[in-house]
Amino acid sequence: MSAMLLNKEKWPEFVGKLTGKNVWAPQSDGTEMRFAPVGENEKVVLDYNNTRVPPKGALFPQTETMFKFEIGSDKVEEPPLDQEVVVLGLRPCDARAMTIVDKLFKWDIDDPYFVKRQEKTTLVGLACNEPGLNCFCTSVGGGPAATEGLDVIMADLGENYFVEALTDKGKALLDETRDLLEDADDDAQKQKEKLSGEAEDKIKRSVETEGVPEGLPGLWDDPLWPRVSASCLGCGTCTYLCPTCHCFDIQDETEGIDARRCRMWDSCMFSEYTLHTSGHNPRPTRKERTRNRINHKYSYYVDKFDVIACVGCGRCTNLCPVNIDIIEILRQVKEAL
Amino acid sequence: MCKNPYIPHTATVEDTWFETGGERCIKTFKVVFDDEKVRDQWSHLPGQCAMIGVLGVGESMISISCSPTEGQFLRFSVMRMGKVTQALHELEPGDKMMVRGPYGNNFPVDEWQGKKILTIGGGIGQAPLRPIVEYVRANQDQYEGLTMIYGARTSNDLCFKGEFEEMSKCDDLSCHLTIDVEEEDWQHNVGFVPQMLLDLDPSPENTIAITCGPPIMIRFVLENLKKLGFEDEQIYTTLENRMKCGIGKCGRCNAENMYVCKDGPVFNYSVLKEIPEAFA
Ligand SMILES: Cc1cc2nc3c(=O)[nH]c(=O)nc-3n(C[C@H](O)[C@H](O)[C@H](O)COP(=O)(O)OP(=O)(O)OC[C@H]3O[C@@H](n4cnc5c(N)ncnc54)[C@H](O)[C@@H]3O)c2cc1C
Ligand code: SF4
Ligand code: SF4
Ligand code: FES
Repeated sequence: MSAMLLNKEKWPEFVGKLTGKNVWAPQSDGTEMRFAPVGENEKVVLDYNNTRVPPKGALFPQTETMFKFEIGSDKVEEPPLDQEVVVLGLRPCDARAMTIVDKLFKWDIDDPYFVKRQEKTTLVGLACNEPGLNCFCTSVGGGPAATEGLDVIMADLGENYFVEALTDKGKALLDETRDLLEDADDDAQKQKEKLSGEAEDKIKRSVETEGVPEGLPGLWDDPLWPRVSASCLGCGTCTYLCPTCHCFDIQDETEGIDARRCRMWDSCMFSEYTLHTSGHNPRPTRKERTRNRINHKYSYYVDKFDVIACVGCGRCTNLCPVNIDIIEILRQVKEAL
Repeated sequence: MCKNPYIPHTATVEDTWFETGGERCIKTFKVVFDDEKVRDQWSHLPGQCAMIGVLGVGESMISISCSPTEGQFLRFSVMRMGKVTQALHELEPGDKMMVRGPYGNNFPVDEWQGKKILTIGGGIGQAPLRPIVEYVRANQDQYEGLTMIYGARTSNDLCFKGEFEEMSKCDDLSCHLTIDVEEEDWQHNVGFVPQMLLDLDPSPENTIAITCGPPIMIRFVLENLKKLGFEDEQIYTTLENRMKCGIGKCGRCNAENMYVCKDGPVFNYSVLKEIPEAFA
């Protein structure tokens, strides 16, 4: 589909045109950037590295109501989930992560919440010109200008945004805003490619994945696991904030006779995660839990869904309070193979 | 869009009774779906489970402890452990139970036709085995007989006690009960399940062995089955990992690359022995 340009001065107008839908975009809350619904007069900023909390919540909210009911009745009411949503400015890695969890949420039985939200959501991505310190997307099948999972890709060319629809949904969105866009010429196309090439060159960190999915289970009793997990606090940050982590808990909440069953993000790094009521715990220490986290991403998921469940966004490394670094763990894995 | 798999069906409790006493008592529920359509569409096989619960409290994964050959109802035998199982225990005939499923794979009972069946159970572990026993009993001409070994700590901890007497009247069925320590008036064996298995010395020939129970019992039963000459492929067991969704989404139940709620809970030993985490 044809490439266009959006002059940056027209950006607020572009966002304004979409207000009939629920627009999610990165906004500063004073201390950090987060994806949040855009209200009136709110400024959508795109020049930042990446958000701490990934935008996975657009399809898989941190907490969501599965159904409502009244205590004493067996009638349940499902949320309609019929709101159209546009996510603006997500990074290619985070969009790719959505295609990875998509495989699980549609494995055999469709997860109705994820699928319904996905149908109504248009993802408008922004290529990275300045990758972060611990980005390694290029090692795991992505790239700073990758388009997988996106409906529209944008790139910052300085004065203009380069804008290109990648799917029918994306095309429809650009049709709605057509009067703000101009056709991109060859120069713009070339400039975009040059920037993405430069961005790739700026990525300093990498992992070697060859042989890892097949080899990891064989390292079950390797001394690397107690070593790499020794300082882990079990805080769950690495998994909570990972765009490909999809585990959830289900709980009932009641307030008087009003009640709802909801689900919320959970983490395999918590000790209660696998704890049986009997007291038995198949993953009793951080060693087992870290081993599961790495195996799940780099081996089990590959086995089931043919893709590594890590997009190299670097969040787990950036945000771990004790500096446990997935890239270093994978280096040690590779060494032990 | 198909129906939301997380929304449970309403069933009415028709009958309940206690199998065992004590703090961790086991209560059995016989339930029937309210909606005739659900009743007709529901089909399960031995080994499958269901998420049962009470709205406002939660859900628990519980083995369906009856065989489809017994009629258009479900049975669950629930040990009182915590929040949800406590709420379930409060249900009496006429009350509503919420049920979704059936989940997981099943014992390949049809593949087993023409073979001898040996079930080895301990405690609440008899719940997933009972449907096999009932299934084989209902299709006796298709199997070469069934041997059941079942044990618990005391005679009060044995489930389904009322059913064993009638069972022992069947020609092709032998039922061997054992308890850990001597009791007055106890007519059956005294000793641990794995030892009783060795004492009975069943031939592995044309036999399928299925074992469910506490992990420690399973470990010794597996060892002893090997001693008796059983091949890995002749042995089945079930895993019981913590579960939330039951449909392969919440990620909770994995034993390495297996989602127990979908790839299990029934596993052939030849598969399971390659998964160290299954025995953790
Ligand atoms: C495949 C399978 C079959 C089962 N069959 C039976 C059965 O036939 N009879 C029976 O009495 N029990 C069975 N269980 C165990 C039963 O699910 C737990 O005892 C029960 O969920 C405890 O819930 P609770 O709310 O009472 O305890 P709480 O401690 O209040 O539970 C907290 C949560 O922990 C989880 N949980 C805790 N322990 C277990 C466990 N061992 N297995 C799974 N989830 C757990 C549940 O999700 C529960 O919601 C089975 C478990 C599985 C996985
Ligand atoms: S594992 Fe770490 S680097 Fe990989 S996607 Fe998750 S948070 Fe990003
Ligand atoms: S963020 Fe770091 S400390 Fe926290 S659970 Fe993950 S590895 Fe452990
Ligand atoms: S119970 Fe949710 S994935 Fe198995």
